[in-house]
Amino acid sequence: MDNNTLLLLGDEAVAQGALDAGVSGFYAYPGTPSTEIMEYVQHSKQAAEKNIHRTWSANEKTAVEAALGMSYTGKRTMAMMKHVGLNVAADPFINSGITGANGGIIVTVADDPSMHSSQDEQDSRVLANFAMVPILEPSNQQEAYQMCFTAFELSEKFQTPVMLRLTTRIAHSRSGVKRGAPLDENQLAMPEDKRQFVLLPAIARGRYKLLLEKQPSLEDEANNSPYNRYYEGSDTRLGIIASGIAYNYVMENFQDQPCPYPLLKLSQYPIPRKYIERMVDQCDEVLVIEEGMPVVEEKLRGLLDRGPAVVKGRMTGELPRDGELNPILVRKALGLEAHPSTVAPEVIAPRPPALCPGCSHIDAYHAINEAIKAEYGDGHVFADIGCYTLGALPPFEAINSCVDMGASITMAKGAADAGLYPSAAVIGDSTFTHSGMTGLLDAVIENSNIVVFILDNSTTAMTGGQNSHANGRLHQICEGLGVDAEHIRSIMPKRNTHDQFVQIIKEELDYKGVSVIIPQRECVQTQLRRAKQKQQGGKA
Amino acid sequence: MKLDIILAGVGGQGILSIATVIGYAAVQSGLDLKQAETHGMSQRGGDVQSHLRISDHTIYSDLVPEGAADIILSVEPMESLRYIPYLSPQGWLVTNTTPFKNIPNYPDLYKIIKEVGKVPHHVAIDADGMAKELKNSRGMNMVMTGAASLFMDIDFEKLKEGIRYSFGRKGQEIVDLNIATLEAGRKFAEENRSS
Ligand SMILES: Cc1ncc(C[n+]2csc(CCOP(=O)(O)OP(=O)(O)O)c2C)c(N)n1
Ligand code: SF4
Repeated sequence: MDNNTLLLLGDEAVAQGALDAGVSGFYAYPGTPSTEIMEYVQHSKQAAEKNIHRTWSANEKTAVEAALGMSYTGKRTMAMMKHVGLNVAADPFINSGITGANGGIIVTVADDPSMHSSQDEQDSRVLANFAMVPILEPSNQQEAYQMCFTAFELSEKFQTPVMLRLTTRIAHSRSGVKRGAPLDENQLAMPEDKRQFVLLPAIARGRYKLLLEKQPSLEDEANNSPYNRYYEGSDTRLGIIASGIAYNYVMENFQDQPCPYPLLKLSQYPIPRKYIERMVDQCDEVLVIEEGMPVVEEKLRGLLDRGPAVVKGRMTGELPRDGELNPILVRKALGLEAHPSTVAPEVIAPRPPALCPGCSHIDAYHAINEAIKAEYGDGHVFADIGCYTLGALPPFEAINSCVDMGASITMAKGAADAGLYPSAAVIGDSTFTHSGMTGLLDAVIENSNIVVFILDNSTTAMTGGQNSHANGRLHQICEGLGVDAEHIRSIMPKRNTHDQFVQIIKEELDYKGVSVIIPQRECVQTQLRRAKQKQQGGKA
Repeated sequence: MKLDIILAGVGGQGILSIATVIGYAAVQSGLDLKQAETHGMSQRGGDVQSHLRISDHTIYSDLVPEGAADIILSVEPMESLRYIPYLSPQGWLVTNTTPFKNIPNYPDLYKIIKEVGKVPHHVAIDADGMAKELKNSRGMNMVMTGAASLFMDIDFEKLKEGIRYSFGRKGQEIVDLNIATLEAGRKFAEENRSS
């Protein structure tokens, strides 16, 4: 490897690509498998020297909006998130299709098929299609890097945001990436049309027509994209469309011989009709292989399923309907013989993730279980997303819900409205500032009878310990939202404070109104990391 | 040349330090590399794996296909068995025998070791014990790397360079200690391989 080649995760390739393509600011909220993009930028000397914006945002919506503001000024910008983060940011994302871009804006979304670290496996391409925004979907780390240049150009040429779609296996896989010549940042340059970003109905109607009119040109771009390639094949009984990383799984199975079938490598959308038509004209059957949901397959099949070619894929059982792909699943779909392999012996026990020994959440759950579950039975605790969600598993089995970030407080409120008593919410500090605050305001306005536990471990632990916006501000925020100061209680969750903790919960259960209990002790992992850094710093 | 390795262990055991050393050696040898890692939820004490693919021609898939791994390199005995479907019939299973017990229903270790013994090509090594003997309390991963190196078509000197690269920051003493640890692991494998 030469000096210009770096060994990068797909996430890191995106970060380096955007830096080299003249980005001025990154905006993101952490979420597996997208977190490492911002982490790379935060460790990058290049980003520091140029003072590229790289502080975490409160949530994905604020991230996309801030990025849109930077685009407004003519500068290049990127917002990054995991797939469910795009739901939170759906409002600005979809409307940014209508406002369009000024400076290039890339919305990078990392999907997590098979739900390795997520609560669903939604496919972000669906939302990009919904917003009529073009998508780039790399099939390797080099493309992930290169596509940042392409996406910014595309974004500025057509005044549109561009989605860069990653999936877990590309985001978290490392490979050699050759860097290109870095570009300068854009200068400040306001939009020519001062009403471009003013979506009043009369203006929005015009902008929406523009968005519709752009579509054929965006398809032309995809028809001529270097990332979309059509390989001829001699056996036309079958044609293969493989998008993003699925292309690799096809090629893995033809490592030693050429693929006998016509093959479309698909990495830029809207779907390039030119190639699809060629394939359908040539082939009797078309096998669509895509990581995630059958987005392309469904489009090709249509509702009536009476096209000239038979379309096969996830919807016809050639590939599983859910879960991520791998070389062997694709091998089967191609009708090739499986490699010999042995089944794993039965003696193996599953090893689910668990709270770290010494974690403050453990003490919180011991107290919550004693004060609520033991007194009133199971079913009273709505929870949220973070390390503390592991409290759903034995030995705690302390919580009864985990739906989306922030849902604990609002679900507890709805249940209390319905007459459930007690009704409690458990939410992490970072999740609280992500989207718990507005729900707490709802509860305050109606003086709902709920107890909210904000588990404050001074970090965003689940995703690897990023800074939490809540740090040192929880009391003020809750008071500011209108929670009675007497019912904002703090406690250091430890074995020797257990009885005191249980007592506090009991007192707050007796109070008819909104109570907030804040167990506060740092995550042992970030504490260890800080200690290590200090030690290393001391040596150097 | 193609070398597909499944690295296995438990979140927190640091299998990526092994990947760094082998990956560095591969890149220094002018080979292509792809390395799929586990990040996220499983890192909280769950099972973790990394697919390390090294080749002198284009590597397409980031994942090793089942039945294709040349080596399963596991720093925990039960975890070594979890990935057996990935092992090729000629492949080597190289595992640490020290269990990492963070679940209440951890199986009988004897049964696990017996299953390891059934794999036609295997090396089982008390890497924690050996590291302690070498006074390298955190050297378990390098014992394992040394043991597995016997089955890698990679210049052993290049692996030592990988150690210099990984541990250089911590000083010459630590580098030397880890190179000795690597050599001890390899020697054990030479003397105790199953076939
Ligand atoms: C919309 C959305 N964004 C991001 C994530 C990823 N994610 C899950 S939990 C979490 C942070 C949890 O932090 P905190 O609430 O402080 O709890 P902790 O893990 O520290 O216990 C994040 C970022 C997600 N699941 N959904
Ligand atoms: S990482 Fe921190 S918050 Fe998460 S389980 Fe471990 S100690 Fe608890």
